Amino acid sequence: MGALSEFRLMRPASAADAVRLRGEFPASRFIAGGTDLLPNMRRGLVGTEVLIDLGGVGELAEMRHELCHNRDTLRIGAGVTLATLAADATVVSSLPALAQAALAVAGPTHRRAATLGGNLCLDTRCQYYNQSEDWRRGNDFCMKRSGNICRVAPKSNRCYAAFSGDVAPALIALGAEVELLGPQGLRRLPLADFYVDNGMNWLALGPDELLVAVTVPLVPARVSAYEKIRVRGAIDFPLAGVAVALRRDGDLIGELRIACTGVSSRPEFIAGLDELVGKPLDDAVLAVMERHLKRGIQPMETTLASVPYRRRATPALAKRLVRRLWDEARQGA
Amino acid sequence: MKKLLTLTVNGRLREDAVAENTLLIDYLRDALGLTGTKQGCDGGECGACTVLVDGEPRLACSTLAHSVAGRTVETIEGLSTAGNLSRLQRAFHEHLGAQCGFCTPGMIMAAEALLRRNPQPSRDEIRAALAGNLCRCTGYVKILDSVEAAARCEDAAGVAA
Repeated sequence: MGALSEFRLMRPASAADAVRLRGEFPASRFIAGGTDLLPNMRRGLVGTEVLIDLGGVGELAEMRHELCHNRDTLRIGAGVTLATLAADATVVSSLPALAQAALAVAGPTHRRAATLGGNLCLDTRCQYYNQSEDWRRGNDFCMKRSGNICRVAPKSNRCYAAFSGDVAPALIALGAEVELLGPQGLRRLPLADFYVDNGMNWLALGPDELLVAVTVPLVPARVSAYEKIRVRGAIDFPLAGVAVALRRDGDLIGELRIACTGVSSRPEFIAGLDELVGKPLDDAVLAVMERHLKRGIQPMETTLASVPYRRRATPALAKRLVRRLWDEARQGA
Repeated sequence: MKKLLTLTVNGRLREDAVAENTLLIDYLRDALGLTGTKQGCDGGECGACTVLVDGEPRLACSTLAHSVAGRTVETIEGLSTAGNLSRLQRAFHEHLGAQCGFCTPGMIMAAEALLRRNPQPSRDEIRAALAGNLCRCTGYVKILDSVEAAARCEDAAGVAA
């Protein structure tokens, strides 16, 4: 892998200073754990003149309960590491999908360095993009970096690189919001609206904004889970990942929220599942759910695993999780 | 641009002028000559470059040297004392945990962090702790055996030998 190009490294002590530096140096990037950014920089995928290291910003690593929209909410700083998230008692007991998603990222050493914010802002991935510069040159590059066309869909005018973070679908299923700090102050956004279905420009994050925290409502009686399909049991990014949050009203569905990852350029919140609320979980309901899932995902040839496999595996994974949570919710009731 | 970097490496306080774009692995191997830390996949996927930062495993190929300023770094060279192998090094030697040996420093550093945190890990806990370290020779059985043997060794002696 190539050496890192020359850059200046800055280490602000507060989130406000970090945002100020970002405004001062337009050709800059934020870096936290660096587990994705540094390999990408060394492959020539990302160039920057200034790196703003967020490792010294203590406020980003805080976690606390607060009231938000009159609901008990967990506020998690963007600098909290995935290892901390996966082991946190509140997260494990009240937000299991989030704990499982954090634990499903890469390997244990990555998770000690990698942060929540980094995983949410993870660069989109593709078999034609995450390669060495020589490999990509041999294929005349692709539009995401140095080239003109999308190798996955050459006739298209857009890039189809897949969003492959594990944590985002879990947080979307759990109804999380993000807090973005910019020069004009703080703004809040539902996490699902933080993403755009475009492999080259997949975040609704302003050029001088910093993701500072995520707030997740703690909803009583809601159960949740996350699972991903991958080649190996560790390290790999998802070929497809599914997060489910479910609440049961006796024998009827009280709430059903599903989000997927690895199957388009953004984490996909599956629309239309509201029509299943108030119904019992039977084969007819699962068939409707499968139809909404297939409509909501668009896996492309961004991985070596085939597209038909990922199209079939995603709803299968969702059904398995929903059935398991359905039983779990009854036992908990 | 070079900047002064102060940190502790294998128990010794150091102050070196290090370029801002230097990776921890290059600083350790090229500037300090600590070539026990291996450059494997070089992209954060194999764990061969695992070192300890404040006692926790860290991938030296995906870490900027300046981001560990003021902290304590340990490499495989820091484990032996007065020429004696550590319990993990001895166990890997005696239980054939190393074949070609390239992944071994990373395996041992990740296992060292585990045993300090959890002196009597189960086989599954060892698997989980080493899940990010790849070996292309052994099939992992001998590596797991070696870590278990090292944990037993500490148990028998009461303290780390």
